[in-house]
Parts: sequence; structure tokens; C-alpha cells
Amino acid sequence: MDTPTPSHDGDALTITREGDALWVRLRGPWTLMTGNRPLPTAVRTEVAQGGALPRIMRFDLTGVTEYDSALVSFLLNCHDICVATKTQFDFESLPVGPRQLLRLATAVPQVEDVRPRLARQNFLAQIGIWAQKEWAEALEVLQFLGDCTLALRRFFVGRARFRWSDVWLEMQHCGVDALPIVTLIAFLMGLILAYVGAVTLRPYGGLIFIANLVGLAMVREMASMMTGVLMSGRTGASFAAQLGTMKVSEEIAALRTMGLSPIEYLVLPRMIALFLMFPLLTLYANFVGMFGGLVVALTMGLSYSQYTLQITNAVDLTNFSVGLIKSFFFGIIVAVTGCLRGMQCGNSSAAVGEATTRAVVSGITWLVVADAIFAVIFNTLKM
Amino acid sequence: MTKSELSAHISVRDLTMAYGDFVVMRDLTFEVGRGEVFAIMGGSGSGKSTLLRHMIGLLKPESGRVYYDGVDFTDADDEQRTQMLRKFGVMFQGGALWSSQTLAENVAFPLEEFTDLGEEDIRETVALKLALVGLRGFEDFYPAEISGGMCKRASLARAMALDPEILFFDEPSAGLDPVSARRLDELILELRDSLGTTVVVVTHELASIFAIADRAIFLDASTRRMGGLGDPKTLRGQTDNENLRLFLNRGMVGLQLSHDPATGAPFVVAPGRRKS
Ligand SMILES: Nc1ncnc2c1ncn2[C@@H]1O[C@H](COP(=O)(O)OP(=O)(O)OP(=O)(O)O)[C@@H](O)[C@H]1O
Ligand SMILES: [Mg+2]
Repeated sequence: MDTPTPSHDGDALTITREGDALWVRLRGPWTLMTGNRPLPTAVRTEVAQGGALPRIMRFDLTGVTEYDSALVSFLLNCHDICVATKTQFDFESLPVGPRQLLRLATAVPQVEDVRPRLARQNFLAQIGIWAQKEWAEALEVLQFLGDCTLALRRFFVGRARFRWSDVWLEMQHCGVDALPIVTLIAFLMGLILAYVGAVTLRPYGGLIFIANLVGLAMVREMASMMTGVLMSGRTGASFAAQLGTMKVSEEIAALRTMGLSPIEYLVLPRMIALFLMFPLLTLYANFVGMFGGLVVALTMGLSYSQYTLQITNAVDLTNFSVGLIKSFFFGIIVAVTGCLRGMQCGNSSAAVGEATTRAVVSGITWLVVADAIFAVIFNTLKM
Repeated sequence: MTKSELSAHISVRDLTMAYGDFVVMRDLTFEVGRGEVFAIMGGSGSGKSTLLRHMIGLLKPESGRVYYDGVDFTDADDEQRTQMLRKFGVMFQGGALWSSQTLAENVAFPLEEFTDLGEEDIRETVALKLALVGLRGFEDFYPAEISGGMCKRASLARAMALDPEILFFDEPSAGLDPVSARRLDELILELRDSLGTTVVVVTHELASIFAIADRAIFLDASTRRMGGLGDPKTLRGQTDNENLRLFLNRGMVGLQLSHDPATGAPFVVAPGRRKS
């Protein structure tokens, strides 16, 4: 036998070649808490470098004072190296404890291609993957919108299967239950608008025109927009969370396997409820906002009758209808984005949280986009 | 394929199942006869639930088809599909009760949707179904207020509500105590004998496989193919698939050490992989 040639020397790890055998000697404590444990790469380098591949890998663990999984995972790595290089792995040279654990760990071979784990891709490939994902998502959204439209059609010809009791319940959740928060926000909006108006108009002695400002701003824009934002955060998010949770717990699958359409049973009632309640809430917010303006006007020395007279002159039916027309669409936007994100939800609780966030973000985004489109349309129509 | 060739109650032909690029199982072909209790066996993660989801139409096959009474289910149009779905009762792995409804409402739901029964009749039927699964008196509980095992049983009651032609179970007895699990097995056999229900059950409870299954399919995760098909009692002695033998013998065949003939390197033989 050749003389042992030490080729790697560390405190805890010594690798030597003795003929066609590679001896791995470990010493000292081998625990997870021990700092500076040698890495299995040392073994890999040694196996690869020593000219001819060793035939067998043997272990001498007599110097190991204590060990835990740290040792076993090191050995597992060595085993992997052996498998890769077709080197024999000498189980028998291991003490019985680590040997048994290692046997267990290697009993079921690593399943190849369990999942096409995406290796790090180059830039172009990443763009491609991203584009494919976005495209698939766009198709999904279109599919959902199509399904909703079909469900609506069946609703109008009276063939949709759903429960009116669900509609009433949702109307209560998204309508009545939202009154306090809508009241608060609309009142404060009126208040704020009035103060802003006062700053600009007082120098010109036109304090009375804060009635115009509050009235028009509330009726045309702020009431529907603020209600939209509130509903998106409140109702849209809750739609997404409800449907997402139902998806995760297979409740939607259960509905499907009964031959019932989740779109009709779950989405349609929510759409109807919000479609009906949103304009009502907007209307209500209009008046509360004007009342907020009135409070400010009174503190600034205007009288109740001055303010109301001014505001009734300023706000005509056209202005009202501008706000109302928008509110119908806003209701649909909030309902659809909320339900869409809920139905798209993945299969974990984390996915539900994500669906909720996405519902609010896309809800508000689309509200603003729609509002901008309406602004252009109404301007063109001179409304 | 002609109708006569597909005379079985359920016929699965060359079914390949995949999630995206990841193929779960390839080329499954089997039949389930009318009134048969058919078990889908396999290790954890082998694709049992996935197969069930393909059979009930929640997932689309990568390729292959599923027929019911010789009628193509995979490519059926919406109307036909809905008709076929009405004959199914499905119990999901986690129960999947509608959490916003009480147990009674859950069980009553299919009755209200698909029958013209009056309120009183529905209440009685619901009480009966809940009693059958040992949940009498829990009518007004919400799913969140009962245990996981109770949810499963309630889910079974809902699946049975319409006396379906085919009952699908995903791991019915997982999470149940031995007595309830046993009662469930008896209930399944009872349903089959009295109503002629065909039962497809996903399970890895050996006791229940041997007690109730007329025939079984084994999904072999290592080859991603069917690892055996037939009566589990005969399969146990006769199969030449090592994974299946291991499975049916509670893994008691044991792990063995073997040697690579080429290099002489020792390695532990994985279940069913006596060196490929
Ligand atoms: N939604 C999914 N997307 C991607 N892969 C999935 C999905 N669901 C399951 N899988 C994969 O498909 C395989 C089979 O899963 P399945 O749930 O059918 O297993 P199972 O046999 O029912 O296991 P268990 O006995 O643990 O329930 C698993 O390897 C899993 O990783
Ligand atoms: Mg499963």
C-alpha cells in the first residue's frame, strides 16, 4: 500500500488517499452550533483533482466528540458526490448512529424532474416568460369578463341560478353596513372642500361661492370617487377574501361539481348588490358632503338660506346625473375586480392575502381610469 | 370508440394528467363497474386527488378521456356536463363545506336546487342524512364550530343528499377515529348494497381498502404510471410491482441494501427500485 499522502488538512477534516480509497477523517465537535465547519466542497475538489477517481470513499469518525444533523448533512453531501462520480460509499466505516440516519436519508432517491424548477434564465428568456404570464393573465381576465357577461344575460332572461337571499345579504353588507364610514368620509370631504374654497374665495369677497364649489365637486366627482375608494377597500377586498378563501377550501370546487356555476352563484349576487347599492351610497354621500360644507359656511357667517339657495342654483340635474351615471359603472368595477381577484386566487392562505391586495389596487386603478374616461366623455357632451 | 366497448359505468382511457409541464400520471386506463367500490391507492403526492379531480371534471386532461355510461364526459358540452354532474356526489379531502351556511343548510342546498321537495320534506331528508353520518343534532352548527372529522362527515352527508349514482370520496377516513372510520366503511358498503351506488374512493388506509374495495388502482409515483389494477386482496400476493407490494404490506417488505453490479458500490434499494 502506498504511503498516505495528506492532501487536505483542517482541524476538523482531513482527506487522504490510500491507494484507490479516499479516507475522510473527521475530528472534534460536528454540530450545527459549531462555527467554521468545513464544507463538503473540500471533498468534491479532492475527488475531482486527485487524478484517477477514487474507487471507494471511507470514513474515520473516531475523533468526533459530538455530532448532530450537521454531520449527517455533510455525509449526505459526500454520498451525493459518490453517486455523481460512481464512487463506492463505504457505509460500514460509519458509526451506527450516523449510518442509520444516512440510510434513511438515501432510502428514497431524489426524484428527478419533480418540478421543472426554473433555473436562472437569461434576460431574454425572462422577458419571454414574463410576457407569457401576462398574456395568460389577460386571457384569464377576458374569460372572466365573458363569463360575467353571459351570467348577466342569463339573469336578464331569467335563467340564472342564484339566490335572492344572497343578494339581500350582500346588499346589507356593502350598503347599510357601509353607511357610518361613508357618512364620516363624505362629511369631512364637504368640510375640506369648503375650507379650500374659503381660502381662495375670501380675498375676492366671494365666500358665498363655496356653496358652488362644494356642491359641484361633491356631486360630479368626490362623492362617487370617495365612495368608490371606500367600497374598493371595504367591499372589493372582502369579496376577494371571501371568494379566495372559498377557493382554497375547495368550496368553489364543491359548487362546480354539483353542476352549479360559481359565477352565477357567487359573483352575480355580489355584482347585483353593488350595482344597486353604489348609486344609493353616492347619492347619500352627496347630501352629507353638502351638509359638511354647510357647517363650514355657517361658521364663516353665511346663513343657512343663503347657502341652500346658492347650492340649489349651482347644482342642476345634469350635474347630478353625471355623478350617478358614473356611480353605476364604479359599482360594477369594484364588484368585478373584487370577484375576479378572488376567483383567480391560488391555493394557499398567502394567496388570499395577495388576492385581497390586488383587488383593492386594481379596483382603485380602474376607478381612476374610468373616471378620467368619463371626464373626457362628459366634456365632449358638454354635460 | 363505440358505446358498447365502454359499457362500464366509468371508463378512463389513456388519461394523462399534468399541471403545466409537470406530468403527474401517464396513460391511465381503467374501468369502474356499476355498483362497484373502486379504490384509488398510492403514496402521498402520487396524484390520487388529481385523478379524482379529473374524473369529476374539475381539471382538464392533458390527453385521454373519461366516459360515464359510454358518454364522453371530457368533451361534453355545458348542458350535457351539468346533467352528468348532477349524478355525482363528491366529498373533498378537506370537507369543503360552505362556511357561511349551517350544516343543515349545506346538506339542504342540493335538495333545494335540484328537487321540488317542500320545506318539511327537505328538513326530514337533511335530518336523515346527518343522522346517517352520526351528526344528528348538529343541524344548526356552522362548519367552523365543529371538528375536522365532523366536517368530513357532514360533507359526506351533503354528497349523499341527492342519492347520487356515483359517490367520490377523497380520503374519507383520514382524520377520523378508528370507530368512525369503521362506521364510514360500513356506510359506504351499505349505500352500495341498498342503492347500488358506484363508489370511487381515494384512500391509503389499508384496513379500509381491504374491507370495502372490490377493485383498486395503484398510482406508482416513481414511474408516473399505473402500478397495478385489480382486487387488492389478490394484488397483495400477486403483483410484480414492488412499490405496490410494499404499499399493501404496510412497507413491511423493508428496505434492502444492494450492490451496483458494475462498480460494486452499495446503495439502499428504494421501494420498488431494485436497480433499474
Ligand atoms: N395545483 C397544483 N399545481 C401544481 N402541482 C400540483 C398541484 N396540485 C398538486 N400538484 C402536484 O401533483 C402531485 C399530486 O398531487 P395530489 O394532490 O394529487 O397528491 P395525492 O396523491 O392526493 O397526495 P395526498 O395523499 O397527500 O393527498 C404532487 O406531486 C403535487 O406536487
Ligand atoms: Mg390528496
